[in-house]
Amino acid sequence: MDLHYKIFIDPFVQMGAAPDLLVQTLWEGFVSGVLYALIALGFVLIYKASGVFNFAQGIMMVFAALTLVGLHEKGVPAFLALFLTIGVMYALARGVERLVLRPLVNQPDIMLFMATFGLTYVLIGIGELVFGGNPKAMITSELYLPKGAIDIQAFGGFVSLQKIDIAAAVIASLMVVCLGFGFQKTRIGRALRAVADDHQAALSVGISLNQIWVIVWFAAGLVALVAGILWGARSDVSFALQIVALKALPVLILGGLTSVPGAIVGGLIVGIGEKLGEFYWGPLLGGGIESWLAYVIVLAVLLVRPQGLFGDRIIERI
Amino acid sequence: MLYREAGEFKASYAADQAIFPIRQERSGLAIILAIALIVLPALGNDFLITSVLVPFYVLALATIGLNILTGYAGLVSLGSAGFMGVGAYACYKLSSLFPEINIVVWIFASGFFACAVGVLFGLPSLRIKGFYLAVATLAAQFFLQWCFVRVGWLYNYNPSGAIEVPVHTLFGWPVTGASATPRTRYYVCLFILIVMTWVASNLVHGRIGRMWMAVRDMDIAAELIGIRLLHAKLLAFAVSSFYMGVAGAMMVFLWLGAAEPEAFNINLSFLLLFMVIIGGLGSLIGAFFGAALIHALPILLRTLPAALGLDLGSATIEHLTFMVTGGLIIFFLIAEPLGLARLWQIAKQKLRMWPFPY
Repeated sequence: MDLHYKIFIDPFVQMGAAPDLLVQTLWEGFVSGVLYALIALGFVLIYKASGVFNFAQGIMMVFAALTLVGLHEKGVPAFLALFLTIGVMYALARGVERLVLRPLVNQPDIMLFMATFGLTYVLIGIGELVFGGNPKAMITSELYLPKGAIDIQAFGGFVSLQKIDIAAAVIASLMVVCLGFGFQKTRIGRALRAVADDHQAALSVGISLNQIWVIVWFAAGLVALVAGILWGARSDVSFALQIVALKALPVLILGGLTSVPGAIVGGLIVGIGEKLGEFYWGPLLGGGIESWLAYVIVLAVLLVRPQGLFGDRIIERI
Repeated sequence: MLYREAGEFKASYAADQAIFPIRQERSGLAIILAIALIVLPALGNDFLITSVLVPFYVLALATIGLNILTGYAGLVSLGSAGFMGVGAYACYKLSSLFPEINIVVWIFASGFFACAVGVLFGLPSLRIKGFYLAVATLAAQFFLQWCFVRVGWLYNYNPSGAIEVPVHTLFGWPVTGASATPRTRYYVCLFILIVMTWVASNLVHGRIGRMWMAVRDMDIAAELIGIRLLHAKLLAFAVSSFYMGVAGAMMVFLWLGAAEPEAFNINLSFLLLFMVIIGGLGSLIGAFFGAALIHALPILLRTLPAALGLDLGSATIEHLTFMVTGGLIIFFLIAEPLGLARLWQIAKQKLRMWPFPY
């Protein structure tokens, strides 16, 4: 009886009693959800265009952020470092296409998945070798990202919004809109969708697969860079961020591997769900449930909808 | 010339269907066993035994477990380290609750706990496939690791949060803990490995193994020819987690001697998956090759530069290990997607012909 009360009633009583805390928690969940969605977006881009489940997306995020910060530490001005990092991401996309994807064309999906595992390890190795394994602070002020917090008086208390979080939400939404527009309206976007639909048909109308792969990996690299800057501004840049990147996997699966809106909705569900769960139900279990709650939510959703919330229906033929 | 079946006649179906039908293979196996049982413990120093061979045996056992699930039944799992942890913690609890019972019994018994947890997390595999399942098994990894940190009962409310292995004896010989000699541990490890490899070999070559392979190749088709998917997939999860549980218990009791929850983190799961892939999906001998390669790599990278007179920092070597491991994985996937086991097969085929070109 007592346990039931604690699970089903007490958290809601707490929410009602302190609406400012609830709003604060929701806001935190919203922001981390948007940022998860941003990582997941990189996955979706690559999966849609090449059918590769790119496990290295999270590491690409850390790698991009680390390159940016590392270059700045070596004395390169902030914006030059940003351009150089973009160049590095382009080189990475070229390298991956040439050295990993092209030789592995026509292999089963699982092999490509494993290859991105290998890529993950290579990137971790290079990143730590070149820039060192110590956590670094993100160069927020040099990139003119806002700092500090806005306190809003509401619901009989204070709700504190970090300015960087607001910026993150705005930038992430802009990215999503741009990518959506690019996918729907531009020539390259149409080519990408064609490749996603059918490799052979796309080839036969004259779309170069190799070129498309470089473009998507580069686009995913840019998304990774933005995600890396925004995550790095919230905590330090180091390979510990990898754990955050792994969270993007449940987000992705929840939304469905092939859906851009799915990635966003999935991100919001996971972000808000885990913050609420941690804050209101976490103490019951001793805290720290944030580390696995997302995965369990996804497990539950997948049992009902095996293709995720917005994924294309999986049709199997013999 | 040396390696061919000419002159060996099979007089019964059993002889024809043996796993090692050629005399050279049987004697080769006997030689390998003799080396493992007699030569290595007699000639090897303590470093070789405790930090090369014992870990290799433990990892090989875990790789066999994951290979049953991923290689034979086609279910990708990223939660293997979690299941190993279940085995380790179960063994720790059992041996501290009933210390008078033989520790080897508990090592095997802890496999059953891992087995139960594995079946529980294997249930979604009936509806979820491929990448979706891989991510779903991450739930097991993170949830179990959280349990090892938060549930104090599991580590007897030890203030350090780690489990430490006391001395247990087997027929009067200390097997675990500080006073056990490396050679005793080596023999216990080897004994468990041989027994469980033999069982696995019988499983995968028999009706059950064929059932798993049918499910792997196409589960709908397998269902149509009368294989019960529920039964087959859960059995794969059960057997594989049993192996991983035993390997986890061995890892803590016979290799490390103490473990923190961090020992069972996601990197171990990844490494096990690499061992399976590099060794060869769906091959028992591949599990040994993969475990040997991935385990030997860091050791080689540590000792090689020193032997060549180069002085690299330990951090640099760790990073190099990462890079080389990742590079090797990509290289192997491109060069030989079927892994080292396939290379071994090609080598055997070449040996049959040698010294003639065809």
